[in-house]
Amino acid sequence: MAVQPLLSIKDLRTYFTTEEGVVRAVDGVSFDIAPGERRGVVGESGSGKSVTAMSIMRLIEPPAGEIVTGTIEFQGENLLALREDDMQEIRGAKIAMIFQDPMTSLNPVYTIGDHLMETIMLHQHVNKHDARKIAADALGDVQIPEPMTVLDDYPHQFSGGMRQRVMIAMGLSCNPDLLIADEPTTALDVTTQAQIMDLMLKLAADRGTAVMLITHDLGVVAGFCDTVQVMYAGGIVESGKAQNLFSDPQHPYTWGLLGSMTRLDESHTERLHSVRGAPPSLINPPRGCRFNPRCDFAKDICRETYPALRDSGNDGQLAACHFATELDLKLLTIGEASRS
Amino acid sequence: MTDVTDASADLHVGDLPSDVLIRVDGLVKEFPIKRGVFFKKQVGAVQAVSGVSFEIKAGETLGLVGESGSGKSTTARCVLRLLEPTAGNVYFQHTRSDEVDLPPIVNIANADKETLRLLREEMQIVFQDPFASLNPRMTVASIISEPLIVHDSGTAQERLDKVKDLLRLVGLSPEHTNRYPHEFSGGQRQRIGIARALALNPSLIVLDEPVSALDVSIQAQVLNLLGDLQDQFGLTYLFIAHDLSVVRHISNRVAVMYLGKLVEVAERDDMYTRPMHPYSHALLSAVPIPDPELELKRKRILLEGDIPSPANPPAACRFHTRCPKAVEGVCDVDEPQLQQLEPGHWVACHYPEVQELF
Repeated sequence: MAVQPLLSIKDLRTYFTTEEGVVRAVDGVSFDIAPGERRGVVGESGSGKSVTAMSIMRLIEPPAGEIVTGTIEFQGENLLALREDDMQEIRGAKIAMIFQDPMTSLNPVYTIGDHLMETIMLHQHVNKHDARKIAADALGDVQIPEPMTVLDDYPHQFSGGMRQRVMIAMGLSCNPDLLIADEPTTALDVTTQAQIMDLMLKLAADRGTAVMLITHDLGVVAGFCDTVQVMYAGGIVESGKAQNLFSDPQHPYTWGLLGSMTRLDESHTERLHSVRGAPPSLINPPRGCRFNPRCDFAKDICRETYPALRDSGNDGQLAACHFATELDLKLLTIGEASRS
Repeated sequence: MTDVTDASADLHVGDLPSDVLIRVDGLVKEFPIKRGVFFKKQVGAVQAVSGVSFEIKAGETLGLVGESGSGKSTTARCVLRLLEPTAGNVYFQHTRSDEVDLPPIVNIANADKETLRLLREEMQIVFQDPFASLNPRMTVASIISEPLIVHDSGTAQERLDKVKDLLRLVGLSPEHTNRYPHEFSGGQRQRIGIARALALNPSLIVLDEPVSALDVSIQAQVLNLLGDLQDQFGLTYLFIAHDLSVVRHISNRVAVMYLGKLVEVAERDDMYTRPMHPYSHALLSAVPIPDPELELKRKRILLEGDIPSPANPPAACRFHTRCPKAVEGVCDVDEPQLQQLEPGHWVACHYPEVQELF
């Protein structure tokens, strides 16, 4: 790659110990994010999207969870080897995170100003007076009217959309190089979601901030991201340019996921192509390819050998499927496959 | 729509077209806001539903969409009379008057307890949250057979057989009768909720966000199941959702709500290809489509601010405070009525205009 990646994850494995056994939430994930790249991470619940993000931020608390192996290099530095107070310097300043639920991620007994100024004073080493100014500017950037008065308001005085704006202001207040947004609009109504995504796109593009957008909504990814990775049962099954991945999926899971979606611009009265069954247990995942019990195309090798991510020869698109290049999923209409 | 008809008004055979199953007429629901500890004084009212009228034909699916706080769930609950409507009528014309001891048209809004109890066999509901709507201490068999017990249907053995049939019908194994809800995934639980709703062979099922809590691939399975069941039993659905693409897939007709009022009602394809109300435009333009090329070309209509509080809704057209087309002196003065502008296409706007969005 010509550009030095901003973030480079190699073979990350994050496991959780439970009474029933070891949950392999993230099991061998490797990917890069370039400076300024907007990367979508999609997958269903339990696919390991959020745990990947928590691992990057080093928010996995032992003994419940543990990063077993792997490296997470950020600007050439392995985050997993850092001491906790060095990590503190990175969290919020260089890598910021926005969480899903704007109702619970702001502390109800602190004002909006307290929230913002805490990060600013910690990382930018300024006094209270200056921090207040920076905080007001940050609120102005996310289009909150009258930022100076809003600083003294409490979270409960805000609607969900406004709270998520505050979260974005907090995330961007120190001009991070990477912003991790974990389902930032899932709790919001569609018209508010459109406002927030529009705002995030403008701010990220203006500042050249790289964004890792975690979502289950492929539509949100289509409007926001340059690249996408699809996760399934703790691993990446496919990644590539958003454009290619949506129009020419190489992995049967991606293809099934796209077929499962109802679309706003299409009236079809036929049945949806649903991926049969349910995601596997992460304590005891299936042998071979983890998707094989639900896959319409599984053969013997799929039940035996775990497929690695391989270049499918389509502009850097990677797919973890033994038959990625053989299956011509684009041509195979979804109706045909579900009938066969 | 503003003049609410007399709550005791009754309809007789022939007053409703024979294919109409439900007619909702001027439905109003207000929740009082009270202040004080001892003398709870009413200081205002949340106007959750303010004069909503619509019909559902037998065998069709009406999609009711809107954002949080638009009153869609409250409307549905008033239709089933799980909530007492403040005003308005809900007529149910049932198809099996020979089997049940009820007049052919019942006004649910003022029906007495016994009539309601009999009507419950005809109308059921599936709730949004499959984790909260099943009692964790009851087995699947007791959950699904409870409506059968309440309505004195069959012996214990007959009920168990019925439960097994229902489980098979919704795609679960009949061996699961003695399991508890926690042993099932979200999608499977939603299937149990659907089996429970089907137990009494209802004609109407209210589906209150039945797939919102499910993952995409599971959502598709449940939507397919709902479609199959409708074909098999001729069910009528009132489908409530905030996801407009899901609604497009499942509905025959779609009604859009904003702050307690209907703003547009149309046939499915008309609603999506030629919407006329500015709120419908904004709502449809906001829904992302999983196609990067299309997303690049699409124009979003971004609304200013948030949905106003239903405790203090704007006067006249409730959307005028956020409407990009609002005209001062008209939209903030005069309330637009829901009018039929094209066959089957009803719009409540002073300046309706067809807009193609994709």
